[in-house]
Amino acid sequence: MAPHSSKEKFRVLDLLQLDLRENDALDLTCIGGRPGLIREIAVTDINRPGLELGGFYENFAYQRIQIFGRGENAYLQKLAKEKQRKELEKLFTYPIPCCVFTHSLTPTVDFAECAEAAECPSLQTDLSTSEFTMRILRVLSTIYAPKQTVHGVLVEVFGIGVLIQGESGVGKSESALSLIERGHRLVADDSVEIRRVSGNILMGTGAQVVSHHMEIRGLGIINITHLFGVGAIRDKKRIQLVVQLELWNPDKNYDRIGAEEATEDILGVHVPCVTVPIKPGRNVPVIIETAARNERLKKMGYYSAREFNRNVMNWLEGESTREIFLNEK
Amino acid sequence: MVERIVTIRNRAGMHARPAALLVKTASGFSSQIYIEKDSERVNGKSIMGVITLGATYNTPLKIIADGPDEAQAVDAIERLFANRFEEE
Repeated sequence: MAPHSSKEKFRVLDLLQLDLRENDALDLTCIGGRPGLIREIAVTDINRPGLELGGFYENFAYQRIQIFGRGENAYLQKLAKEKQRKELEKLFTYPIPCCVFTHSLTPTVDFAECAEAAECPSLQTDLSTSEFTMRILRVLSTIYAPKQTVHGVLVEVFGIGVLIQGESGVGKSESALSLIERGHRLVADDSVEIRRVSGNILMGTGAQVVSHHMEIRGLGIINITHLFGVGAIRDKKRIQLVVQLELWNPDKNYDRIGAEEATEDILGVHVPCVTVPIKPGRNVPVIIETAARNERLKKMGYYSAREFNRNVMNWLEGESTREIFLNEK
Repeated sequence: MVERIVTIRNRAGMHARPAALLVKTASGFSSQIYIEKDSERVNGKSIMGVITLGATYNTPLKIIADGPDEAQAVDAIERLFANRFEEE
């Protein structure tokens, strides 16, 4: 699904135009109230308006998408039989974003007329109510996922999404270029849009316009897809490691063991983070590759630094006992 | 050149954390720094070297510093041993 631009409102029309397939598809068609398609969907939740049809309007969540399932539709038919149009007119005095009929149900003539008059879009889907509810909530939560744009380069290295950060001119793009040359993939250069989806997953993408272009000082703007082929790019990737590049500071102490797990907070998720100091003679792409390999090992439960120290401590303990034993002799 | 004998007072001996602390301190000086155990001598600014000594509890080690700030370097390293590398 194409990410939704943060500046614009998400309208009913956008919902209809989303490119969703197979088990994500909403199968929506507009069956009335077309002028209302410009209404905004501002809330990531749904409502089933059973109580409101019955005349109870306290705490009516009118900002939500209203879902009419078999129950609500049967009630609409009862209202039609009893010629109670008032209830429907009252419902449409609220600025409802849209009404959705599941199971391919068709609204009553009264309902259609009232909706049309109020310019409230009516949509129809062939999905069951529970299935549609699940899918629409998933879609809306992706669209309204917390997001943040950061300065950096996102590359996929050995399957790990690595966000390379650092000040301008420290060599982020050059390192990424070298990684691409070594067979890894570029996701986004310069500005990376991050969304937090399904709880703790940070998805990174690039801005659509500049996607898979890079600015290399001395060369200008280059197109990675054309230069390296489709195998060298990716549209989105989960961020699993942050690499901070910085100029070597002789007064700063860099991690020498790696037993302390540093993390960086992105949208409330703690991402493992390594700080790599840059100085002539350091091959940064190889260091980033190694950091990604090490991260994979950690995901498999093997912590190089910790295991190493465990071995050292076992050895020291053995030596120590031996000495005590020899001294006693 | 300044030399001084120190003894390891932390129970776990010279494992990764104390070694890192030692190397961090040693790297702050411009003098050449060596650590000696028996006849083995390693560079005091190399973490792997320091660990390889296999210095256990109560092992005497000789700190050797050679350079413009040798006295301060040996003092600083001795303090680490006296403080048991901030362990226990």
